[in-house]
Amino acid sequence: MKTVAELNEIREKSLGSIALRKGKEALASVSTEYKRNVLVCGGTGCTSSHSKQIVEALHREIEKNGLQNEVKVVMTGCFGLCALGPIMIVYPEGSFYSMVKAEDIPEIVTEHFVNGRVVTRLLYQETVGAAGEIKSLNETDFYRKQIRVALRNCGVIDPEDINEYIARDGYQALAKCLTEYTPDEVIKIVSDSGLRGRGGGGFPTGRKWALCAPNKAPQKYVVCNADEGDPGAFMDRSVLEGDPHCVIEAMAIAGYAVGATKGFVYVRAEYPIAVHRLQIAIDQAREVGILGKNLFGTGFDFDVEIRLGAGAFVCGEETALMTSIEGNRGEPRPRPPFPAVKGLYESPTVENNVETFANVPQIILRGAEWFASMGTEKSKGTKVFALGGKIKHTGLVEIPMGTTLREIVEEIGGGIPNGKKFKAAQTGGPSGGCIPASLIDTEVDYDNLIAMGCMMGSGGLIVMDEDTCMVDMAKFFLEFTVDESCGKCTPCRVGIKRLLEILEKITRGEGTLEDIDRLEELCGYIKANSLCGLGQTAPNPVLSTLKFFRDEYIAHVVDKKCPAGVCKNLLTYVIDKDKCIGCGKCARNCPADTIHKTEYTAPGHKLPSYEIDPSKCVKCGACMDGCKFGAISKK
Amino acid sequence: MQKKISSYPFNGTAEQEQKLDAVIAANKHDKSRLMAVMQEAQEIYGYLPVEVQRRIADGMDVPLEKVFGVSTFYAQFSLSPKGKNNISVCLGTACYVKGSGALFDKISEKLGIGADECTPDGKFSLTACRCIGACGLAPVLTVNEEVYGRLKPEDIDGILAKYSE
Ligand SMILES: Cc1cc2nc3c(=O)[nH]c(=O)nc-3n(C[C@H](O)[C@H](O)[C@H](O)COP(=O)(O)O)c2cc1C
Ligand code: SF4
Ligand code: SF4
Ligand code: FES
Repeated sequence: MKTVAELNEIREKSLGSIALRKGKEALASVSTEYKRNVLVCGGTGCTSSHSKQIVEALHREIEKNGLQNEVKVVMTGCFGLCALGPIMIVYPEGSFYSMVKAEDIPEIVTEHFVNGRVVTRLLYQETVGAAGEIKSLNETDFYRKQIRVALRNCGVIDPEDINEYIARDGYQALAKCLTEYTPDEVIKIVSDSGLRGRGGGGFPTGRKWALCAPNKAPQKYVVCNADEGDPGAFMDRSVLEGDPHCVIEAMAIAGYAVGATKGFVYVRAEYPIAVHRLQIAIDQAREVGILGKNLFGTGFDFDVEIRLGAGAFVCGEETALMTSIEGNRGEPRPRPPFPAVKGLYESPTVENNVETFANVPQIILRGAEWFASMGTEKSKGTKVFALGGKIKHTGLVEIPMGTTLREIVEEIGGGIPNGKKFKAAQTGGPSGGCIPASLIDTEVDYDNLIAMGCMMGSGGLIVMDEDTCMVDMAKFFLEFTVDESCGKCTPCRVGIKRLLEILEKITRGEGTLEDIDRLEELCGYIKANSLCGLGQTAPNPVLSTLKFFRDEYIAHVVDKKCPAGVCKNLLTYVIDKDKCIGCGKCARNCPADTIHKTEYTAPGHKLPSYEIDPSKCVKCGACMDGCKFGAISKK
Repeated sequence: MQKKISSYPFNGTAEQEQKLDAVIAANKHDKSRLMAVMQEAQEIYGYLPVEVQRRIADGMDVPLEKVFGVSTFYAQFSLSPKGKNNISVCLGTACYVKGSGALFDKISEKLGIGADECTPDGKFSLTACRCIGACGLAPVLTVNEEVYGRLKPEDIDGILAKYSE
């Protein structure tokens, strides 16, 4: 790329390719090549529910009907509503087809594309009004409250085509920085916006850049953390899959601001689609001249390389990540020195999370004030959450900081399925804690979460209902951290293991009240003495469940009961003798041969009922699963 | 994390060796590319037997201890061969809350093997993984590259049958 004028030229030329997706106004000013654009989600969620077959079927049917020159099929990144995948949107109408099957495609093509009649039956039903009228997606509960900044292009553009990114003002922010601002001015804009790190800690991004900028060295680095270790969070993956160029652009901006000319993106190997698209994006950017030497003729050089992780949670920690890029076991290093002074290859390094970067180009283009106008006093802008667990609309949402948990769960998330009761939401993954139902009106931002012993983390938000046992949940997270501790320091390596053993004892029904005290004491010790964030935060799930759900712990140790009915050793299966019709299916299913006929026949039944001898029961649940009359329950 | 190290005899082919040598030659100049080489080696052999690790150490000119240190540190590197069909059950948070633990137990019971083990006939191996990013479809598992989502324990028999002929 020689000049900004060339960038604008590509932009002008490409506007037509995306105009259909932007509504009537955009269409008035440019002419489009196609009559229709069909956008099919090609994110991991929808590809797993076979969206590739949908695309193949579309191509086949479109060709059969001779519509190749009228209808363009684009595979995009994630739309967010993964629960209803595979998802497909048809423009200019904006018709939102959900849970599409390859068998539906011939009908959609002939009815909708040929005859111009939307197939209402196959639309996402929330977009169909009472009178059969079709509403826009932004009127549905799931999308209404969302504001898309980091996810702005996800589900809108073809991530494998740099021209579509440029048509959406892509690389304009970089051009503006290089040609209109000094590095210090760039840092000031980012600082003024109030952007804080989205990777977990919430450190102010502008300040991080400002700490690195003055350090002199022959080579400095920008690193993008795409390790996304919190199991249950997938926003970074979605950004890389849906809009890889925005991360590249932001990294170059960061490079300019701090004086670095080389960037690395560290991606987990479990994300093959993201890696593939990011590589395509890097190659295209190099080809157009947006990466490489002398960008926009300003003398600034910048290039990006991908490094793959190999499945180690601790490598998400910034110093461990750098040791891993250097080709070593990913063990954390003590800080200070901080990466801003001595990071990758002992050189000054700025390290940010994917979502943090994804906000940057928009901040540059629309200004710090615009960004700071969203959110709460100390948490500006929006945050992407991955809604998961016992919630209707599992998927990805981007909402202003300060949205209440109630809005997230009840409105956007559509509530809890199967008429169950909301019990808690877990945020921050293995380093975080839970927000109980009693605090559902909390405004979710960095500081409110920390105040209740929780943490924003990367934005995984797992909803739990009455069937989730909180002790089991704490145990689950500790199993994770025990597995993932790198073993470098003793408080973490040994301490977390001890915590887990105590929790195992409690869930087996062998715990005592002293064990609960020991848990608390040990937690404090591990937090205070571990070297890195993994160990320092590993006790959080225990502390937080103890704080809000102590009665559940007590029920396990004193009453030897698991109120949620999860911990096997504490369950008893019983047959309601008045509901049992005496068919004997449970007795045949029981592997332990511990169900026998009784002498009692319930009024109205012909055969005597059965009963379980609890002494031999192995709690497999086979009896209950098989009983058609709902006569068996666990307590 | 403790890793299972297999005692299966190594039977790499000359063709695999050639491929590995090419990968090493392409990355030799930069020792920090060790992990990338090991990742490609695992693609070629399906796992990282000690013979392969030794060849990498020699080729990249790093001590064998270092290669071993890396292969035992990262979960992705497997020191035992996988079955013809590798089943990987997601035990990430979203999947666990939706009952993927029960899926794992059911498969383990049906196949008679535990985590990171292979059935005696070499047909199936079982692993637990963490979040493949398809949380929207939780609970999920993968067989080789294929993803199965929104599962119930009842679905397991059908999936196993599909791969057992
Ligand atoms: C154990 C551990 C795991 C982490 N995992 C991640 C991760 O997967 N992704 C991420 O962006 N940050 C992760 N972090 C936070 C990083 O250390 C770092 O603070 C962050 O990437 C900085 O970027 P930000 O300021 O843009 O958030 C982790 C931290 C710890 C202690
Ligand atoms: S706290 Fe845990 S993960 Fe962090 S350095 Fe110590 S042992 Fe390793
Ligand atoms: S839970 Fe299993 S072992 Fe116990 S009674 Fe029912 S079928 Fe038998
Ligand atoms: S937790 Fe299973 S795919 Fe994310």
